Amino acid sequence: MSDLLRNIIRFMLFILVQVYVLNTIPHLHRFIVPYIYFLFILWLPFNVSRMTLLIVGFLTGITLDFFMMTPGLHAAACVLIAYLRPFVISILSPKDASGFNYGEPSPKAMGWTPYLVYTFILTVFHHSYMVLLEWLSFGSFLSFLIKVIATTGISMLLIITTELLFTRKAKFRTNTA
Amino acid sequence: MRNIFLFIRRYFTFLTFLLLQAVAIWFLFNYNRFHRAKGLGVANEVTGWFNSRYNTAEDFFKMKEENRRLHTMNDSLMNLLSDNFVRIDTSSITVSDSIPFDTLGHYRRYLYRQAQVMYNTVNLEKNYIQVNKGSNHGIKDDMGVLGSDGSLVGKVVNVSPNFSQVMSMLHVQNRVDVYLKKVGSSGTISWDAKDPRFLMLTRIPRHDSIQKGDTILTGSYSVSIPPNKLVGFVEEIIRDKASNFITIRVRMAADFQDLQQVFIVENLQYDEQMRLLDETRKKIK
Repeated sequence: MSDLLRNIIRFMLFILVQVYVLNTIPHLHRFIVPYIYFLFILWLPFNVSRMTLLIVGFLTGITLDFFMMTPGLHAAACVLIAYLRPFVISILSPKDASGFNYGEPSPKAMGWTPYLVYTFILTVFHHSYMVLLEWLSFGSFLSFLIKVIATTGISMLLIITTELLFTRKAKFRTNTA
Repeated sequence: MRNIFLFIRRYFTFLTFLLLQAVAIWFLFNYNRFHRAKGLGVANEVTGWFNSRYNTAEDFFKMKEENRRLHTMNDSLMNLLSDNFVRIDTSSITVSDSIPFDTLGHYRRYLYRQAQVMYNTVNLEKNYIQVNKGSNHGIKDDMGVLGSDGSLVGKVVNVSPNFSQVMSMLHVQNRVDVYLKKVGSSGTISWDAKDPRFLMLTRIPRHDSIQKGDTILTGSYSVSIPPNKLVGFVEEIIRDKASNFITIRVRMAADFQDLQQVFIVENLQYDEQMRLLDETRKKIK
C-alpha cells in the first residue's frame, strides 16, 4: 500500500474515532477530554516536507472543527504541532547516523524513550495551545493548568495503548528507494 | 527589494505557519458573526451526512429509553384530551383543528416540529447538537428546542438546508430565563462547564421556602422558548452571605447524554416581536 493511500485511510479512521467514539463517550470529568486524532500528524512519514506538514495539519484540525462546531480551535493547535514536529525530530534523531532508518515515527523506528518524549512534547504543545484558546473565552487559570495536565495524561495513555494494540509494520528505508 | 524576496524565501515555512495560525484564529474569534457564511453551511451538510449514518446505528441501542420517554409524554397528553372531561350542561362539542385561531380568539403561538438528534456531545465547554431538520423544513435561527419529554434542550443557532445546529444548554454562553414554580421568582440559568447533569441558576432573591426538589420552569420573557416548560429540579441551594441573592444548582430534566428525539418550537409571532423590539430601539435612541 502506498504511503499516500495509507495516510488517507488513517486520517479518516482517526477523525471518525475522535468524533464518534471519544467525543461521544459518557462524560468522565470536566477536565478530562480524551484526544487522539492529532496522532495522525505525529505518524506522518519523516520525509514529508514542512510545507505539506503545515497544510495537512491545518486540514486535519479544520475537519475535526467542522464536526465539533469550533472552527479554528483544533486547526490552530494542529498547525502549531505540525510546525514544531521537524524541530523535535531533529533534536531526537541520532547524531552519528544520517537520521532515522525507518519511514515514519514509531517506537520501533525511534526506540521507546525518544518516541515517548517526541509524543509527549507535541501533546503538551497541542493541548496547552488548544486549552489556552478555549480559556481566553471562558474559565480560570487554575482550571487551565489542571486541564492541560489531565488531558495530556489521558492522551499519552491513549497513544501508548494505540502503539501497543496496533503495531505498525515499519518499512526499513534503504538507499535504493 | 531583492533582500525582501530572500527574506520571504528563507522564512517561507514560518510565514506559512503564521498565515495558517492567523486564519485559524480568525475563524475561531469570528465564529459568531461568521457562521452564516456559505462554507460552513456546506460543511454542515457534509458532517450531517456522516452523522446520520452514525445515528442509524446508535438509534438501535437507545430505542428502549426513548420509548419510555415517549410513553410518559403520551401519557401526559392523553390526560389533557377533551374526551376525558364531561360537561353535563352543554350541547356543543369542542372541536380543535389546525387553523391558527379559533372563534374565541385563541391564537396559535407555538408550532412544534419533531427532529432527530444526529450528533451530540457533552464533554466540551461549548456543546452543540446537530438535528436532521433544516431550512427546507422551515427551521430558522433562534427557535427553541425541547426534548421528547418536553424538557428544555437549547436553541437553534445555525441552519443549513437539511440540518441545523442547536446550542445545547451545556454551552457556557447559553443563558435562559427561568422561574421557580413554587415561589414564582425568576432568574437566569446557565452552565458552569463542570458537570453535564447540573446547571446554575443565579440571582434568585433569598427565599426561605425554596427546598430541594422544587420545580424550575422556563420563563415567559423569551421570544424563542415557550413558557412553563420543565427545566429541572433544585438540587442544592448555595447561599451567599454578602448579598441578598442565592444561587441554585439545578438537576436538569433532560438527559443530555442520551438525547434522541427533540421538538423544535417555532414562535409564530417571532418576526413581529423582533420588529417591535427593533423599532423601539430606534425610537428611543
